Amino acid sequence: MSEDPRVCSECGAAEAVVHLTQIVDDVASVLHLCEKCAASRGVNQPSPPAHSPLTDFLSQMTGPEEGAESGDEDRTCTFCDLTFAGFRENGRLGCPHCYTTFDFYLKNLLRRIHGGVQHVGKVYLPPDPTVSEREQRLEGLRRKLRYAISTEDFERAAQLRDQIRSLEPVTR
Amino acid sequence: MDHLSTIFDRGLGWLDASGPDSDIVLSTRVRLARNLQGYAFGPQSRVNDRRAVLARVRRTAEKVDLLAEASVHPLSELDRGTRRILLERRLISQDLLGEKSDTELPLRAAAVVLSARDPVSVMVNEEDHLRLQVLVSGLALEGAWGMVDGLDEDLGRELPYAYDHELGYLTSCPTNVGTGLRASVLIHLPGLVLTKEIGRVLQGLSQVGLTFRGLYGEGSEVVGNFFQVSNQTTLGKTEEDLVDHLDRIVRQVIEYERRARRVLIRDAYQVTEDKIWRAYGLLRYARSLTFEEMMNLLSGVRLGAALKLLPGLRVYSLNKIMIFTQSAHLEDAAGRKLPPGERDAHRATYVRRILATEGVVIPDTEPPESSSGSGRDP
Repeated sequence: MSEDPRVCSECGAAEAVVHLTQIVDDVASVLHLCEKCAASRGVNQPSPPAHSPLTDFLSQMTGPEEGAESGDEDRTCTFCDLTFAGFRENGRLGCPHCYTTFDFYLKNLLRRIHGGVQHVGKVYLPPDPTVSEREQRLEGLRRKLRYAISTEDFERAAQLRDQIRSLEPVTR
Repeated sequence: MDHLSTIFDRGLGWLDASGPDSDIVLSTRVRLARNLQGYAFGPQSRVNDRRAVLARVRRTAEKVDLLAEASVHPLSELDRGTRRILLERRLISQDLLGEKSDTELPLRAAAVVLSARDPVSVMVNEEDHLRLQVLVSGLALEGAWGMVDGLDEDLGRELPYAYDHELGYLTSCPTNVGTGLRASVLIHLPGLVLTKEIGRVLQGLSQVGLTFRGLYGEGSEVVGNFFQVSNQTTLGKTEEDLVDHLDRIVRQVIEYERRARRVLIRDAYQVTEDKIWRAYGLLRYARSLTFEEMMNLLSGVRLGAALKLLPGLRVYSLNKIMIFTQSAHLEDAAGRKLPPGERDAHRATYVRRILATEGVVIPDTEPPESSSGSGRDP
């Protein structure tokens, strides 16, 4: 058997891509196989991260959220068709509406992951903002300005002041 | 099909080791995850969503100052070697590449926007519609954040981001929601590993909300004492707080590392010096090197360069070796696909060449010869 783990121990020619540890009668042996030889032995390449730290985390969390109603777990996002089971399986959401659809579950999850559920970072100003979006953006910029001044980053502070001025309603 | 010539020096700016603390911190990267309203993302996105997103990004990129000299590269228009080179330069992720085997094609409408002028790039249609990123030399978190923030402002003026007043920027993975910000620092910690203090330091990182990974990000192993340290949470803190927190902790880790190096020099000079020169000797003369072996030796040599035990060796040369000895880079230089054994030989040849031309001026440290046995006797 070839010692080199990079070369297939079956045919000794191709690059080994599958590394199989077998335990027979308490003795472990390692096989290094190329794609072809692995296939002929009926060994499939493990599909990559079917589970990530997040999906492990998700699967550990059992039962519905507090306040969840029966039937919540059967919900499907009406915009992107993601099912709750689909989300639990790979830990990914499919569109902004998913956050509302699976709200019963996400709130607690987000608290556990991040320790908080309120965004306090940048406030986004969409291309055609409403008055309240503009207000929220201004508040976010003022918060950043206070931070820039506290860290004596005056260049940044000046930029932020300009951004604030450009958004503020003109007062006479 | 576009070849490397269109991207030849993209993503290599950090190699020059011009940033602060670049003897210990190789690079700083800050990325923002963003999605567009009206299109499904992540696993639910259809080809139509993805095409529409790419088309909007193309139109918008032209209006953005930071992307004025950028080009948009759909991965399907790049040959396989070039795609892998982008991966090796950390400009695209394995997820964006999507190739699990040689025959599989990259994800449809997956693209990368690369600037010719600035260290910024944008992955399009990865797990999130957009991943804006900045990659710079040394420990430069504030500057990197400022740059990616600027890019985000410009793109956000034109593109309707998926945003919620409570949850912030909405991402496919709940671990990114809020700021969508991941700041990471690639740091070399041989001193802490050799003095066996690394365990405590890594444990400390997780206690303060940071996480570490190997060279290639999530799921990759730590080789050559190179660690990628990054923030773990993205919601409930401002971007400035996240960046500032990482910065403060990394500065502390740098201080620990410098202290460990001083201890090595003070208490174990001979062993350390020997380790470093042995590593140099192997790299300088070996005829075959696996990537892992090379990275471990490179760690010793990098330590030697930082401690001035290997005079004349520049960090730039060592950074260059790290990038250009990866498989796709070697195959590009050879102009053909290389089987593993040959690849190791090519790697060793490259390392020898760099060290011969840019390496150490070997000081004469031989013990003086005794007068007898000098070989001059008739």
